[in-house]
Amino acid sequence: MPIYEIVFYVFSSVMLAGAVGVITVRNPVYAALCLVLTFFSASAIWMLLEAEFLAIILIVVYVGAVMVLFLFVVMMLDINVAPLKEGFIRYLPVGIVVALLMAAELLVLIWSKGRFEAGAYPLPAPNPAEFSNTKAVGEWLFTHYLLAFEVAGIVLLVAIIAAVALTLRHRTGGHRQDPSMQVRVQRDERVRLVKMKPEPRQGS
Amino acid sequence: MLTLTHFLTLGAILFSLSVTGIFLNRKNVIILLMCIELMLLAVNMNFVAFSRFLGNLDGQVFVFFILTVAAAEAAIGLAILVVLFRNRQTINVAELDDLKG
Repeated sequence: MPIYEIVFYVFSSVMLAGAVGVITVRNPVYAALCLVLTFFSASAIWMLLEAEFLAIILIVVYVGAVMVLFLFVVMMLDINVAPLKEGFIRYLPVGIVVALLMAAELLVLIWSKGRFEAGAYPLPAPNPAEFSNTKAVGEWLFTHYLLAFEVAGIVLLVAIIAAVALTLRHRTGGHRQDPSMQVRVQRDERVRLVKMKPEPRQGS
Repeated sequence: MLTLTHFLTLGAILFSLSVTGIFLNRKNVIILLMCIELMLLAVNMNFVAFSRFLGNLDGQVFVFFILTVAAAEAAIGLAILVVLFRNRQTINVAELDDLKG
């Protein structure tokens, strides 16, 4: 079935091209967009590996939320990119050497002795059409990994609180409501009772 | 025919590319954060591939948790970045030497 190979090679080349774009383009906005392309292609490859739930999560959570957050921050900060790129050419040779060494080591490990070839790891049969990857992951998650799941929720809560607490800023001179001041208010601060004599109606 | 080797090779190349990115863009915090996301993606690719070829769902559950922690990390990292830019008007790593490290 060559269609699997075609899909794999097309999406992995797009993905690697996107990754090269992320690390080389000058403008951080374009880098974020290249990263979106990379994640999208990776999601297609995960679909090929029949991890449908994670593929959708990667698009919805990563492309939809995290990357948009990146874009927001990049556009919100008025960055002068020129001084940020100045070491690019200087570090290019050492970067390439380190990357080639690292890739060579990893690839030697992966390719040698046919460790991960079809003999050792045969391609499993495709799941039947009625198989639900989401259901299977959910059952696995809520039985074997329930505690880890709860801890992950707490991690996200801490992250929300930390992000809000870090970026919260009280501007001086603004007109804001302070709920704690509002509930602590006393009657005397709002109403002033004045005693005065009754006055006769005009013209009577 | 696609074997596990193909997917592991893809992950290895992606990881090496993101390491190169950290070397090349070591002045720009935003691109550094993006390179960390790329590294996590490469690792996740290996997890998903092994999960498929071993017929075991543990790998996918692990990727789920990695995505959770990565989202939290990105949120806090970007919040720190915003505060940093507000206080220093720069995100150049070379100028961030207040801690005298």
